[in-house]
Amino acid sequence: MLVHSTSPQFKQNAARALNDVQLQKALGNVKQGFIDKRQMAADKLPEFEALRDSARDIKNHTLEHLDLYLEAYEEKVKASGGHVHFARDAQEARDIILEICREAGAKTVTKGKSMISEEIGINHHLEANGITPVETDLGEYIIQLRNELPSHIIAPAVHLNATQVEEDFRRVHTHLDAKRDLSEPVQLLTEARAVLRERFLAADVGITGANFLVAETGTSIIVTNEGNGDLTQILPKTHIVLASIEKLVPTLEDVSQLLRVLARSATGQEMSVYTTFSTGPRRSQDADGPENYHIIILDNGRSSMLGTAFEEMLRCIRCGACMNHCPVYHAVGGHAYGWVYPGPMGAVLTPSLIGVDKAGHLPNASTFCGRCESVCPVRIPLPKLMRHWREREFERHLTPATVRSGLQLWGFFAKRPALYRFATRAAMGALALAGRQRGRFSWLPMAKGWTKYRDFPAPQGETFQQRWKRERKGARA
Amino acid sequence: MSARDDIFGNIRRSLGVKGSETIRQQIVADRLERSPRGVIPQRGQVSGEERIALFKTMVETSLATVTEVASASEVPQSIALFLRNHNLPASLRMGDDPRLNAMPWSDTTLEIAHGPSEGRDLNAVSHAFGGIAESGTLAMVSSADNPSTLNFLPDNHIIVVSAKDIAGDYESVWNRVRFAYGKGSMPRTVNWITGPSRSGDIEQTLLLGAHGPRRLHVILMCD
Repeated sequence: MLVHSTSPQFKQNAARALNDVQLQKALGNVKQGFIDKRQMAADKLPEFEALRDSARDIKNHTLEHLDLYLEAYEEKVKASGGHVHFARDAQEARDIILEICREAGAKTVTKGKSMISEEIGINHHLEANGITPVETDLGEYIIQLRNELPSHIIAPAVHLNATQVEEDFRRVHTHLDAKRDLSEPVQLLTEARAVLRERFLAADVGITGANFLVAETGTSIIVTNEGNGDLTQILPKTHIVLASIEKLVPTLEDVSQLLRVLARSATGQEMSVYTTFSTGPRRSQDADGPENYHIIILDNGRSSMLGTAFEEMLRCIRCGACMNHCPVYHAVGGHAYGWVYPGPMGAVLTPSLIGVDKAGHLPNASTFCGRCESVCPVRIPLPKLMRHWREREFERHLTPATVRSGLQLWGFFAKRPALYRFATRAAMGALALAGRQRGRFSWLPMAKGWTKYRDFPAPQGETFQQRWKRERKGARA
Repeated sequence: MSARDDIFGNIRRSLGVKGSETIRQQIVADRLERSPRGVIPQRGQVSGEERIALFKTMVETSLATVTEVASASEVPQSIALFLRNHNLPASLRMGDDPRLNAMPWSDTTLEIAHGPSEGRDLNAVSHAFGGIAESGTLAMVSSADNPSTLNFLPDNHIIVVSAKDIAGDYESVWNRVRFAYGKGSMPRTVNWITGPSRSGDIEQTLLLGAHGPRRLHVILMCD
């Protein structure tokens, strides 16, 4: 069973999001902050574009040799005293985690931010089995209190305003003085820090994700700004790492290349505050650190993406730049996408993981403006991949009948150029004549979807091809 | 079939390979052996005074503070001054690093505790494995000498680093790690630290001191 998805209701979700005043206010923060910061960071590093090429090549090379790098990685983890578990799907991953937690006698489990843990829905599973999961990333903690999914892969609570967070803290932190002042964001942060500090110290198991896995050394890497992922993994007796197969890179040199583009693309930082390389459990001479180290390697449909057009999506390093730059994401936010991964990367990945029959709306929710591809640190051709999904959706007869017949009608004309020219000329002429007085139409047959929200401007009488020909001639003369 | 075999089988089927191809194995073994460097930014490729100056600038860009001292013997006084200037109690936790232990702590009135933190310490000092000028990053390795908990639990974290251990880029630090721990081996934890803990999760406002240290202070020893 996968996490409940509302992707099939994308259109309704989007309509609701557009009318949500709080959400629209919060989304303003995305447009302002992320874009400028990334640009400034990129401008400060002359080698940034060359590093993007390097990052793309490293990921491609690793994917082409993924079986061998996985074997090398597994061997190294074992040599350092860690345990490697493989999970075909979400259910297997949940079962493995629950078993490790039970063996550790765990009552509470702290968690660093991990999108894969959202993908497999581990929190509900642990709760259902009497173990309390505690999200420790500030944004994740807030959305856990609200029982929501993250709305952004690096800023999970970006859809919320400070007043909403204040309400949640007052609702949940009932042991604190009801009259305390929480009007400033820093007061909210301080309260969360104090509450979660106790949770960190009490936890029996810590679960983190991994930004990368290094085959050379058997190392898992997390990148955070808060330090929560580190407290999650060094304080409890058992550290569980949850990672999917495509997180692998060959060497420490390779991961250093990727780290140089990750933070810059994500938050515009030169480097995130904490980049942590963990290899196995604590050593006999160490003063602290976990006694047990487990890595769960999840497939969940990814191995089937290899060797297909969607293999390129497996390069993704989850920086969030594509959604930060997406006009559709800016308009509707992350929850409208209906599952774990929003924005352009979600529009490509979600159909691969839960099926295009459920998530077909997502690759259609794009203007194909190309901004996502232009900022992607590993140069994933996101618009092209969304187009692939549209084609598959069409091939599998998942597109609605009206759209299909419309496309077929258009296809009929497009394949017959003379007829196409004649028909468009006739139609443009007629529309120009009919609309010459008002210059626009507020109603047109078969175009209610358009005219319901805005007027259709009346054509000038000339078709695009006619104008093209005329202007080309003018330019040559 | 085990999940492991299934996943490897599916990866190989999708890639159209068997896994036994000598050429692929050679390519992978070669890359793991040679660990080729990629694109190294020019920014860090400076030496001497220039590299130290870049390191200090980048440390400050990350919202940490930095003080230079002439030698290890000046470190305790410098820390005492830092704590006094910020109205912090004269207490300090540290691990068993011989380089720190050899410093003249009795020159100060600092109350020193040793060993890992249990979460109630205000101030701690660690000795860095090295620094990276390119981004103002400190590289820490776990051990009894410098427990990892000291990097995260105290409110104020002080890191001592020797100027001779400041590298231009990350790759040079990895070479030193390999020299110290052996090729393909790592200490349990390597922490790269670039500035004090922060969060932007509430309305994208940058706030310092999320879960880790609210202040990060670097003491650069120039001897």
